Parts: sequence; C-alpha cells; structure tokens
Amino acid sequence: MDVLTLSRLQFAATTMFHFIFVPLTLGLSILTAYMETRYVRTGDETYLKMTKFWGKLFLINFALGVVTGITQEFQFGMNWAEYSRYVGDIFGAPLAIEATVAFFLESVFIGVWIFGWNKISKTAHAVSIWLVAIATNLSALWILLANGWMQKPVGYVLRNGRAEMVDIIAVITNPYGLIKFVHTVGSGYMVAAFFVMGISAWHLLRKSRVDFFVRSFKMGSVFSLVSALLVFGSGDFHAVEIAKTQPTKFAAMESVWETQKGAGMNLFLLPDPENECNAIERLCIPNMVSMLAFHDPTAEIKGLKDFPKELRPPVQPTFWSFRLMVGMGTFTALVSLAAVILSRMKNLENKTLFLRLMVLALPLPYIAAQLGWVVAEMGRQPWIVYGVLKTSDAVSKAVTSPQVIGSLVGFTLLYGLLGAIDIYLLAKYARKGPDDDLSGIIKPATVREA
Amino acid sequence: MELQIIWFVLWGVLWAVYFMLDGFVFGTGILHNVLPRTDGEKRVLINTIGPVWDGNEVWLITAGGATFAAFPTTYALMFSYLYTALLLLLFSLIVRGVSFEFRGKLEGEGWKKAWDVAIQVSSFLPALLFGVAFGNIFKGLPMDAAGYQGSFLSLLNPYGLLTGVLFVLLFTVHGALWLSVKTVGDLRARAKGVADKTWPALLVVAVAFLAYTKFATKLFDNYLAHPLLFVVPLVAVAALIGMRLFSARGAMLTAFASSCVTVLAVVATGVAGLFPNLIPSSLDPAYSLTIFNSSSSPYTLKIMTVVAFIFVPIVIAYKIWVYRIFRAPVTEAEVLEDKHAY
Repeated sequence: MDVLTLSRLQFAATTMFHFIFVPLTLGLSILTAYMETRYVRTGDETYLKMTKFWGKLFLINFALGVVTGITQEFQFGMNWAEYSRYVGDIFGAPLAIEATVAFFLESVFIGVWIFGWNKISKTAHAVSIWLVAIATNLSALWILLANGWMQKPVGYVLRNGRAEMVDIIAVITNPYGLIKFVHTVGSGYMVAAFFVMGISAWHLLRKSRVDFFVRSFKMGSVFSLVSALLVFGSGDFHAVEIAKTQPTKFAAMESVWETQKGAGMNLFLLPDPENECNAIERLCIPNMVSMLAFHDPTAEIKGLKDFPKELRPPVQPTFWSFRLMVGMGTFTALVSLAAVILSRMKNLENKTLFLRLMVLALPLPYIAAQLGWVVAEMGRQPWIVYGVLKTSDAVSKAVTSPQVIGSLVGFTLLYGLLGAIDIYLLAKYARKGPDDDLSGIIKPATVREA
Repeated sequence: MELQIIWFVLWGVLWAVYFMLDGFVFGTGILHNVLPRTDGEKRVLINTIGPVWDGNEVWLITAGGATFAAFPTTYALMFSYLYTALLLLLFSLIVRGVSFEFRGKLEGEGWKKAWDVAIQVSSFLPALLFGVAFGNIFKGLPMDAAGYQGSFLSLLNPYGLLTGVLFVLLFTVHGALWLSVKTVGDLRARAKGVADKTWPALLVVAVAFLAYTKFATKLFDNYLAHPLLFVVPLVAVAALIGMRLFSARGAMLTAFASSCVTVLAVVATGVAGLFPNLIPSSLDPAYSLTIFNSSSSPYTLKIMTVVAFIFVPIVIAYKIWVYRIFRAPVTEAEVLEDKHAY
C-alpha cells in the first residue's frame, strides 16, 4: 500500500480510537461536577459517593483520552506535512489556542481534583471539577472550529503558495464549526448519559444499592433527554449547512444521483454506485430530502451525477453511516424519553425488561458518534479541505511506506492493548459499585458527625 | 520588534519551560525502580508528581501547537523528517501517562511490576529522544532541495547521542533533587545521595557537550558576534555548580531551583545559538528553516501574540497556585492511609 492509503488508515484508526474516550469525558465531567455540586449544597453523602464512583470511572476513561490526544496533534506534521504547510497559517491557530486556553486548564485542574480532597475547601474542590468540565468542552470547541474550517473554509486567501488567514472572526464564527460543536458535544452527553444509565440498570437488575443507582439513573435520564434535543436540533441545522456548503457530501448521505426538485426520502434504499443509481427505492416520503436540506419542500437537490466522478465521496460508507447514525440517534432519543418517565415512577428496580434494554443500549450512542465522524470525514473526500486541497496532495513527502506500516502496526498493538486494559478496568470498577469508605476524602470528624 | 522574533523567543521559552517541568517528572520516572525499596515508596514517588505531571506535559502540546501556528513549514518538515523518533516519543508518552493511572488500579505483583518497568522505560526513552532530537537540530538536519537526506539511524550520531546522554543525566539529577524536596526521611536522604553521586557525571558530560558544540555546530557564531550572549551559558554553568553547592549545604529547595535554572539556561543556550534558524540545514544554509522563511503571515502571528500574552500569564498564575497547594512533601504514611492516592 502507498503512503497515502496507509496514512489515511492510520489517521482514521487513531482518531476513532481517540473518540472512544472523548465523548464520555465530555459528558461525564459535567455529570460528576453536578453530583459534587449537589453534595456541597446539600451535604448528602450519597452525592459524595456518587461523585467518587462515577468520578473514578471518569478518570480511568480520561487517562486514555488525554494520551491519545497527543497523537492527534503530532500526526498532522508527521503524516500530513503538506497539509500542515499549506494550511498551518489558519489551521494551526485554533490548535495552539486550544492548548493554551483549554488544555492547560483541564490538565492542571484534573490534578487538583484527584489529589486535592482535604487540601482545599469543599467548594474549591467542586469548582476544580467544573473547570475540568468547562475546559474539556472548550477544547472540543476549538478542535471542532478547526475541523469546521476543513469542512467549510472561511476567512482565508490563497497567497504565497498556501492558505493564509485574513479574518479570525470568520473562523471563530464559522456556522459549520459551531453547529458541529453543538452536535458533537451533544452526542458526547448522550454517550455519558447512556453510560450512567446502563451501568445503573445493571446494578438495579441485581437489586444492589437501589437508592444509589436509582438516583444516578434519574440524573442520567434527564441529561440524556436534554442532550437528545440538542443532538436533534443541531443535526437538523447541520444537514442544512452541509446541503448548502458540501453538496457532494449531502448527495452521498442521501444517495441522490439525479438532480431533482422536491426530492423525496426513501425509507428503504440500496445504493448502486457501480451503475450510478439506487438498486432499491421503497416507501418514499415525498419532498422530505428537500425539506431536510433547505427547509423548503420544493428545493432543488444536486445529484451526484452532476459532479465529476473523481470529486465524489465514496457513497456506500457515507450513506450507510448516515442512515445508521440517524437510526440509532432516533432510537436512543425515544429511549431517553421512556427513561425519564419510567425512572419517575415507583420501583424502577422491578422494571426488568426496560433495565435490560438500558444495559444493551449502552454502546449505541458510542457507535452513533463514531458513525457521525465517518459521515463527516468520508463524506468530505476527496478533499481534505473542501474545495481547496485534496487529501492526496496533503500527505508527507518525506515519509516512506515502511515507516507508516511500522507506525500503523505499533499503534494497533499499543492501542489494542491499552484499550483492552482500559475497558477491563472500567468494567471491573463499574461492577464493584460505590465505595462506602470515605476516609481520605472527608475528615474523620465529619464522618462521625454524619 | 518583529513578530517573528517575538515568536522565536516564545518558541524557545515554551520548550525550555516544558523541559524544566517535565524534566523532573522524567527524572522521577527514571528513578522509579532505583530509589524506592518498598511498594509504598514507589507510590510516594508517583504521588509527588501525580498532581502536576499532566499539566506539565501540556507545555509540550503548546510548544508543538505554537510551532504549528507560528512556523507551519518548520512544524511540517520537523515532524515528518523526525517521523520514527517522534513515534517512539509518542508511544513513550502514551505509556507513561496511563502507567501512573493504571498501576494502582489492580492488586497483584505481576501487574505492578509490569507498570514499574513501563514507568521507567517510558521516562528514560523520551529524555534520551528529546536530547537526540535537539542535538540534531542544533547540529542541523541534512536537508536540501530534494528534502530530507537523513534517516532515524543518522540521528544517532555522536553529537546527537551526547546531547541525549546530557538530557538523561540532567533530568535524572533534576528529578532526584525534586524528590529530595518532596519526600521525607530515608527516601529523601537517598534521593539527595543519587543527586550528589550523579552530579559529577553530569558535569563531565556538560563540559564535553559545550566543547563538542564548538566543533559539531555553528551555535557559537552568534555568541562570537554578540559576546553579551555568553551570559546564557555562563548562567547554565553557574546554576549547574549551584546544584551541587546548595545540596552540600542541605538547602535542597535552592538546589532544585538551581537545577530548574540549569535546564532553562541549557535550552536557552542552544536556542540563542540557533537564531534566526529554527532548523539549520547541515548541507547548505540556503535550505535552513528560519523564522523568516517558515513563519505564518503577520496577521496570524499578531493574533497568536495577543492570545499568548493574555493566556500564558494566566496559566502560569494558576500553575503557581497549584504548586503551592501541593507544596508539602509526600509521606509514605499519608499515601498508605489514603486509598484514593495513586
């Protein structure tokens, strides 16, 4: 395989691996911070135990999210040197700002939070986990503004043989990046909510620590419903933004071959890229695609055939990832609604069937989030920066195939090993349940009083 | 002052501060299986750096990000030319980060032993690799019109390796002095002992490095043109000697402060000699990457300057606050009692 293919494989693999851990961090940091705030406000030790229990899982997950993030920054230079050289003037800035403004805050205060029990006041301790939560989400904002620029380049001119920034405000207010931010962090909150509900359901099925896990479940259910609204609302605007700025991606997402006005949506559809058509189209909702794309039932949708073959993204992965993502998103949103209602009724621990469903549903938001990235990145091909730079022109010239084969094998082995250990530890501590011994967190005197 | 010059200085400062802060974490890791005699003492070591290592490592991310934003061409070529070295560095940093978190998460001798080895190797290797990389940058990389003419093995030349050894010894002493401040009792005495015993080797290598630099690099050209610059290596040497003198008096905090200054001044010595190059070409100066031919546009540099001048002081302020909160030495009793510690 050539350097380009290998580098793409490696970037996809390392990014998807990184994004197993990031979404949970985005959401669970907020939930943990909320739990600790409840503890500080009420003095109720159950909230402290919740903070510790979910916080421990948060930390096990957080460690891998952080260390795999370094790879992401380095890879732009290592494997995509031509890209870095060509767009560094505008793309490097949000990355550097992310490190300075957000990543420092996150990394310094996570240390304060882990080691600061008893060293600072209760309030200051709760503030430090809020700073971690805010910084994590702020990190995501800058990264997604950077990615948003690759999707919809703004605020630049082509000069001196590269893209140079001329308007930072345009980069920061890029609607593509901002919508993507809301959509992505929302999906992260879904991951965290289903993580909390899934593990709580597992314990409730075993009738262990019912009060603790009912409370956790309720918190997760509200968070998931709010997040589902966030994901759907932003998803709607996101589709409009894509239709406007990336017609090839949109056409591939819906597998539209012929340009048409008032395009309908087929619930059953089988793309046939060989023959540039769809092999099966059934159960059509009239005008639906036009409605989704432009909020106008008669709007014209550009078909893939309107674009030269070499400028079309691969249809199958884009189409199927999009369909599956929407399907899972819809399903988990409905489950969220059910979770809010059922957890407010009595005896959640006896609703066996529902609890089993919640355990099984735990991975769904994870998968949906990964699929969303497949749509975003595969759908943008053959461009690395839409309309500006092709992926094939972005790869490093100084790097050889054996080097990338070596790194790809290395990443696969190392990430595989660490991923397995991490999931094992998460499962172990999730099963173990909360710890009642709070020594070392609150002073012995306080324990006796309580 | 031209923005490129401001960013050159900032670039040097970011790397210097990174090495000062992660240097003692590397040193602590290198000594992980050397100093402690019990599992409790190993945990003490991890807990001395536990609250701060993550924040320290971000200086590397920022140095990388700043190179990307301010000198994109240098970022692109440096990272792709040094592909294999950076890969090994990445793997080490990844393993090191999770070791601290994972080691205490399961009981069992084998589990802990494995992570003990991981901590030491993943601390030693980056120290060596950073030294090798910077030695080669000081020396210049073989690049011309056709690109990079070197390989991973060609980085392992005598001067690169000497710089690598210098970094390893410097960080080891730096880490030992950190531990002599952050631990108590017998462990503290042993940490001081390691610092004192390693110091002569460091001195010899440092002198050899300065002498070899005269022949292997063009760093001293700037010094001869602007003799005032000699203050920087003189500070490095004075601080290096200070480490030993203060340690002899038992003033460990001052000795540690001296090793901080040594790291800063050693990096500054190299960086000041590079100017205006970021990476000189060892084949033909026409292909050197300078702050002028590899920088971002004035507009981007201006924006990054504003960001840096607002946020870096804020970062430094809260980092100082955190070091103050965790200023007390870590004791074995405290670590064993608190099952939430690492």
